[in-house]
Amino acid sequence: MRAFAIALAGLATSAPAQEAPSGALSCTGCHALGAEAAMPLGGRSAEEIAAALAAYREGTREATVMDRIARGFTAEESQAIAQWLADHAAKE
Amino acid sequence: MRLTRRRLLATGGPALALPFLGREARAQGTGRVVVVGGGFGGATAARALAALGHEVTLVERQPTYWTCPFSNAVLAGLSPMEAIAFGYDALRAGGLTVVEGEAQGIDPERREVRLGDGALPYDRLVLSPGIDLRFDALPGYDEAAAEVMPHAWKAGPQTELLRRQIEAMEDGGVVAIAVPENPFRCPPGPYERASLIAHYLKAQKPRSKILILDAKDAFSKRPLFEEAWAALYPGLIEWVPVSLGGKVVGVDPGTMTLRTDFAEHRVAVANVIPPQRAGTIATAAEVADATGWCPVSPETFESALVPGIHVIGDACLAGAMPKSAFSANAQAKVAAQAIDALLRGGTPGPSKLINTCYSLAAPDYGFTVAGVYQPSDGALAEVEGAGGTSPLGAPAAVRAAEADYARAWYGTITAEAFG
Repeated sequence: MRAFAIALAGLATSAPAQEAPSGALSCTGCHALGAEAAMPLGGRSAEEIAAALAAYREGTREATVMDRIARGFTAEESQAIAQWLADHAAKE
Repeated sequence: MRLTRRRLLATGGPALALPFLGREARAQGTGRVVVVGGGFGGATAARALAALGHEVTLVERQPTYWTCPFSNAVLAGLSPMEAIAFGYDALRAGGLTVVEGEAQGIDPERREVRLGDGALPYDRLVLSPGIDLRFDALPGYDEAAAEVMPHAWKAGPQTELLRRQIEAMEDGGVVAIAVPENPFRCPPGPYERASLIAHYLKAQKPRSKILILDAKDAFSKRPLFEEAWAALYPGLIEWVPVSLGGKVVGVDPGTMTLRTDFAEHRVAVANVIPPQRAGTIATAAEVADATGWCPVSPETFESALVPGIHVIGDACLAGAMPKSAFSANAQAKVAAQAIDALLRGGTPGPSKLINTCYSLAAPDYGFTVAGVYQPSDGALAEVEGAGGTSPLGAPAAVRAAEADYARAWYGTITAEAFG
């Protein structure tokens, strides 16, 4: 829950232009932003997350489901999501 | 009792000392939001809106919510009921008001939710009422029949009842599962249920059978389920599609008989999943259309029929998105962000959502269907080239990994919704 509150805290404290980018809010259903969670994103940098999403999208990183999900987002969308996730995860 | 703004503030308890609650914007552009329904959609929406600084009241009938996800594991004896039970203490602690009661009706002009003993005013209303089981749709299947032939399609006492029946059944009995036409809650759910009951029967009552009587000729993740059944439970599960007479057209709980157009099946345990529609309050609020479900904007989840009311979760018509807990949770967050923008006088951004549905064929055998969705011609459509199911023929280690991820997903999503 803490990670969730923090993620949404980001929504609330940001200017409207910095609201969660398209698709980002779905991520936290699986990936809590705290480091203690299963499938954690806590502590990952935007670069790391964006690189992982690109590799999943291109099929060069082994995956169960993330390849099928990452293909639904453009490079620009993935970059924005990665930045948003990293910004909120970093506060944990 | 009329819950005024002051009263809500008084009963809301101290807000958590989260950093965003102190922001200047709180004084302006926030609003009163009432959320009806405390499942994955409603609980997530309520927490998200409270975190965004709004004054939130959640109306929920029951003090305990039992999740449908992982209720099939309870049926198979793999988990206790407590493992799928959640309360609302964390929501209360998070600074929102939880009213245990039933929304009787909505006045969209005055923007009020009528309760048994008062009314709750709102600036924006979120309805997340889940499903109602249609006890008028299948001859012989009414609420009394459900005490003999449980649906167990709302988790809770019905889950316990079906579990007891399966446990009490003698070896060699037939467990029938009657599946309705689309759309219904959790499209792969009946087949996961068959799988996990088979897991139990194979170990405990190996002469028994499972008979799936289906009103459809196809089902979610069918090749994956059939591959799993052949590998794990050969000869134990029989699936009868509608074209081979699978559709149940009547039931008799007195003789434990399920009737199709072609045959009568007398069984030891009958799990009858009847046709469904949006929860009752959706009809009362006139946000449901002739289909029984609720058309909504794919960007904000605001009702296409009544302004100011957002409908999320199983009750809404979300285009290509399936009725799942994952969908409800994702929709709740998109709706919350849109409501926040609207209450602050802004414009909601574009929406894009993900769904991932895990199914377990056995405790160490999982697979998924996933999809990415965005608005197209006024409805949520699948993004082409994305989504789809786990591959056929995957090694056991991959199935085991997806089963582990299923449990990890459950931990994360229930924490996000219920704390």
